[in-house]
Amino acid sequence: MMSRRGMAALIIFALLAVTPPVLIFMGQGFFASVVTRMMIYAIAALSLDLILGYGALVSFGHAAFLGIGAYAVLMLNSLGVTDIAAQFGAAAVAAAVFAAITGTIALRTRGVYFIMITLAFGQMLYFFLISLSVFGGDDGASLPARSTIMGQGWLDHDLALFYLVLGILALCFLGLTRLTMSRFGRVLIGTREDALRMQAIGFRILPYQLTAYVISAMICSVAGVLLANQLEYVSPQLASWQRSGELIIMVVLGGIGSLTGAMTGALFTIGLEEGMARISEHWKLYFGLLLLAVVLFSPGGLATLAARITGKGRPE
Amino acid sequence: MSNLLLLQVLNGAQFGILLFLVAAGLTLVFGIMDFINLAHGVLYMVGAYLMASLSMLTGSFWWGLLLTLPATMLVGLVLEVAIFRRLYDRPHLDQVLATFALVMILSEGVKIIWGAAPLNVSMPNLLSGSIPLAGPIRFPVYRLAIIAAGLATAFGLWFVIGRTRIGMLLRAGAHDRAMVSALGVDIGRLFMLVFAFGAMLAGFAGAMVSPILSVDPGMGDQILILGFVVIVIGGVGSIRGAFVASLLVGIIDTVGRIFGPIVLKMVLELDAATQAGRTVAPMLVYILMAAILCWRPNGLFGRTSA
Repeated sequence: MMSRRGMAALIIFALLAVTPPVLIFMGQGFFASVVTRMMIYAIAALSLDLILGYGALVSFGHAAFLGIGAYAVLMLNSLGVTDIAAQFGAAAVAAAVFAAITGTIALRTRGVYFIMITLAFGQMLYFFLISLSVFGGDDGASLPARSTIMGQGWLDHDLALFYLVLGILALCFLGLTRLTMSRFGRVLIGTREDALRMQAIGFRILPYQLTAYVISAMICSVAGVLLANQLEYVSPQLASWQRSGELIIMVVLGGIGSLTGAMTGALFTIGLEEGMARISEHWKLYFGLLLLAVVLFSPGGLATLAARITGKGRPE
Repeated sequence: MSNLLLLQVLNGAQFGILLFLVAAGLTLVFGIMDFINLAHGVLYMVGAYLMASLSMLTGSFWWGLLLTLPATMLVGLVLEVAIFRRLYDRPHLDQVLATFALVMILSEGVKIIWGAAPLNVSMPNLLSGSIPLAGPIRFPVYRLAIIAAGLATAFGLWFVIGRTRIGMLLRAGAHDRAMVSALGVDIGRLFMLVFAFGAMLAGFAGAMVSPILSVDPGMGDQILILGFVVIVIGGVGSIRGAFVASLLVGIIDTVGRIFGPIVLKMVLELDAATQAGRTVAPMLVYILMAAILCWRPNGLFGRTSA
């Protein structure tokens, strides 16, 4: 018996899989690259949901890991390493190291402190990237070519990149679903509900939270590698604090603590941004107003809003 | 060399004082209302823009400054009544999102009204000279004026919070909101007051800095995040902590950027030193923050049970 959310996820994946042929048939093949970007952000949002939704750790520095992934591509490329597997590996290791160090410090604190410290560490990485004058400093640099798979330039085709991203998104979704349902996931959810009680029944919660933080960072760095390939351009802006904020928005809009929700939230948010940016130069104003309205009047995100409108109660 | 160091320390102090004006409002709002306000940096930016317009309109720096203060206070009041008030009892995540939305709205609004190009504010004649510091080095009077204004504000805050009835209520409110409310104090009005006052301080900082920096839509972001660093170092809710941490952050950041490469050049090759210095210097304050957190997780002046 499949849950409603599992069903919803299956439908989303099926729809995504048929998107490119439909778009090409309609003569709108360009939009496939927009959908690719949506899916890449969905990977990032999934990774953030692991700590934000399941661990109640409001990390405001998650874009740092996008930046690490993207710069791993740029740096390895300049050394002549174009293989995407190597880039994934390097990005994940770098992200894990950065997350382990900053996480150990940030997790000594709670609540507002945690938000501010992750924000500060994110900004630290942002300034580090800006200082790399070899890689374009403030402006960033464009990639000479997309990454290769086993020496082949398959990813030069947008369609190949699309399906690679889709595959990785599906893998992340399945992996995180299993992880959150495992013993590890249950301990994490326990710390979200009541950290003190978890400690009282004998768990040392820090290792669990730190592990989740590191896993989340590694997955997000994978999204960074893909993003660099999709944009063919890498700049410190990928790691800006606004980007971290956007990632949180995606997770919350979709409904926090639900992987399907985080994924949908990312698809929706990027889609909305793209759409609004086409209509008005000042789309951020309208986006901000919308976000403010959702937070003030519909805590729980769009999922609750949709449920309220259809009168089905909170979806679970 | 030592003259240059003195000059940079003074520049750092001036930057730190500005940071204090922004961080003071932030830390009060945090400490007393347990409210995280990402839009605080935007208030600083709005202060600078209002200053640019008002000083142009009146043709005088002083009138501009005088009008900017109540104007930013009003902006703060409107935001409190319309939005923030509804968020005090919400989880921090909701506060983060709502105020982040405000950052987007206000930054874009500023771009619509004033355009994206940076503005300049002219310095008043009275403060535009410079005084001899040591040897051939001179220091601008305007920067000294910022330091003086900041010190006066810090003293005023210390007096109000430590020596007046309102300050007593604030300290009591920070300690136990429910109890103060139960004793018959209108806590809602107290919050409104703190908020408006914090907005005015941020606007004051923005107005003061407008003649020496260009006024642009991104100016609030950097100061906001450094404001957070200051609060983390100083301890949430502590004005004294914010003051010490602001000066520390301001001086280390400024001196580090100038002297980092110079010091490194003594040990490293020239090119490597320049790159390493440029890389490490902007990260110094964050490393300082991390170090202080390891040593005292609640900040230098934070309460032990946070």
